[in-house]
Amino acid sequence: MSSPILQMKDIEKHFGPVIALAGVSVDVHQGECHCLLGDNGAGKSTFIKTMSGVHKATKGEILFEGKPMNFQRPRDAISAGIATVYQDLAMIPLMSVSRNFFMGNEPIRNIGPLKFFDHKRANEITMSEMSKMGINLRGPDQAVGTLSGGERQTVAIARAVYFGAKVLILDEPTSALGVRQTSNVLATINMVRKLGVAVVFITHNVRHAMAVGDRFTVLNRGKTFGTASRGDVSPEELQDMMAGGQELATLEGSLGGTV
Amino acid sequence: MVTSNPSPAPVADERIKERSSLRKALVRPELGGMCGTVLVFTFFLLTAFDSGMFTSQGVLNWTLVSAQFAIIAVGACLLMISGEFDLSMGSMIGFAGMMIAIFGVTLGWPIWFAIIVTFILCIGIGALNGYIVIKTGLPSFIVTLALLFILRGFTIFLPQTLERKTIIGGIRDVAEGDWLASLFGGKVLTGVFQWLGDAGVISTFERGVKAGQPVVDGVPMLVVWAIGLIIFGHILLTKTRFGNWIFAAGGDAQAARYVGVPVSRVKILMFMFTAFCATVFATCQVMEFGSAGADRGVLKEFEAIISVVIGGALLTGGYGSVLGAALGALIFGVVQQGLFFAGVESSLFRVFLGIILLLAVVLNTYIRRMITGER
Repeated sequence: MSSPILQMKDIEKHFGPVIALAGVSVDVHQGECHCLLGDNGAGKSTFIKTMSGVHKATKGEILFEGKPMNFQRPRDAISAGIATVYQDLAMIPLMSVSRNFFMGNEPIRNIGPLKFFDHKRANEITMSEMSKMGINLRGPDQAVGTLSGGERQTVAIARAVYFGAKVLILDEPTSALGVRQTSNVLATINMVRKLGVAVVFITHNVRHAMAVGDRFTVLNRGKTFGTASRGDVSPEELQDMMAGGQELATLEGSLGGTV
Repeated sequence: MVTSNPSPAPVADERIKERSSLRKALVRPELGGMCGTVLVFTFFLLTAFDSGMFTSQGVLNWTLVSAQFAIIAVGACLLMISGEFDLSMGSMIGFAGMMIAIFGVTLGWPIWFAIIVTFILCIGIGALNGYIVIKTGLPSFIVTLALLFILRGFTIFLPQTLERKTIIGGIRDVAEGDWLASLFGGKVLTGVFQWLGDAGVISTFERGVKAGQPVVDGVPMLVVWAIGLIIFGHILLTKTRFGNWIFAAGGDAQAARYVGVPVSRVKILMFMFTAFCATVFATCQVMEFGSAGADRGVLKEFEAIISVVIGGALLTGGYGSVLGAALGALIFGVVQQGLFFAGVESSLFRVFLGIILLLAVVLNTYIRRMITGER
């Protein structure tokens, strides 16, 4: 395998007296889907926020394409090529798909000295990118509020990829979705991975992770037990690591299978 | 970038109903305002046609009132779409007018200089409004409510201290022939109106010193400012990158920040633009009356917000239209003046206004849900 595009080495993050991350190391390769698993409070959110420039690590090193990075704000990570799609903050429902797609990156058409939003170009690109992702819009001016949760995630993913994301961080993209929408989003992740984008997929659902993941890293109480490749680990083992012990095993027995 | 794969031809989705182009053309934020305009004009054409409301003078009368509402509505509209309010607009109108009078009359500065300094001062106060809202994270409702009292207090205190009165007159004398003052107080197209009067299209004075002159001798600069601001606001909002940022800042500030929209800058600039609109209003008013009074602009902030809401904007931001706000201002002006022409007891104006506001908001909510899929 090629050298990793993004390396997080011994990342520690303290919030006052609270140690949210106690030395987490993860590396991500091009074209792989790296699943970051963990229960609530395991430190998943803190970790990806460090990766995407929202938080600054207390200790540790971030290497992007082999070079050490020091992200001060989300904008720095975005311009380096690390895009994050947040679960419920991906899109603005009142605005059209096309306006959302180009939010912050609007194409410009010059008329004399004046700069205008090139709606025609924006609309064309939006329609073609959406149909690549398998979403048929009524029109580019359709409001995002009329899309389903899965479609919104897909629009956000398509947007990040279109604007040149090399690493795509997805923060629990499936946790609020139904079965069908979840499979659509997982299919989108699969498609994006094949385009050579490194995907970091955060979830607490082992089955969703197993469906598309190449490698798996489990976080528990701010620590990691290391990374396992696909085929080396069973869903049950992942589940146990997430729960951090055996207490879930007995519960699982009575519930009959993977939670 | 995903540009290598050829994009598959869009396939018709069996889950999407075909919609008529008429429906597409009609279902837009301004629809409520358009319906209201038609309704209001029909009403007054039927009930007040003979009252003089639709003579050239009558038209000028309600056009002027509507234009006043429109000037402040454009500012309030863009600010509301960006997710904030400015309750200090009315006080700002009184304050700006008073500052022009104090600078120009009491201190005797050239009026153009007084106007420019007032604009800078007021836009600065607008920026301060925005800065406090952004830095503290407090609702703009509260912050600008504080400014409402502070500015009104100064507007009463300053002339009382300096001139021992609350109305400063004599502005028309000092503004005579001033290049900048004529941008706010003059009239344009006077030749066209003289020609229309001569041609008999609009009525002319029959006796007196003005005999032969048309009763309406030009388009007041107030109306020109209103139209100019409406066009500017509409283009800014719908046709530019900055317009997209205005929608984004009001729709979801955090989501907008995550994709790199400078939300704080957008909001502060909109506060400044609102202050600019209020100052334009004040300057036109001062030039028209020739005086500045400490009670000018009272309740104007609500009239602006009402126009904007009638025009289809969402109170919580992220959605709305400048054209809609302009129609809202027109409806407001026509109703206010029309009831006067129709001879309706003036206290009933408020009843009428309340009913229109309620109807407009119900209709607009319904339209907005159709467009945005809110539930």
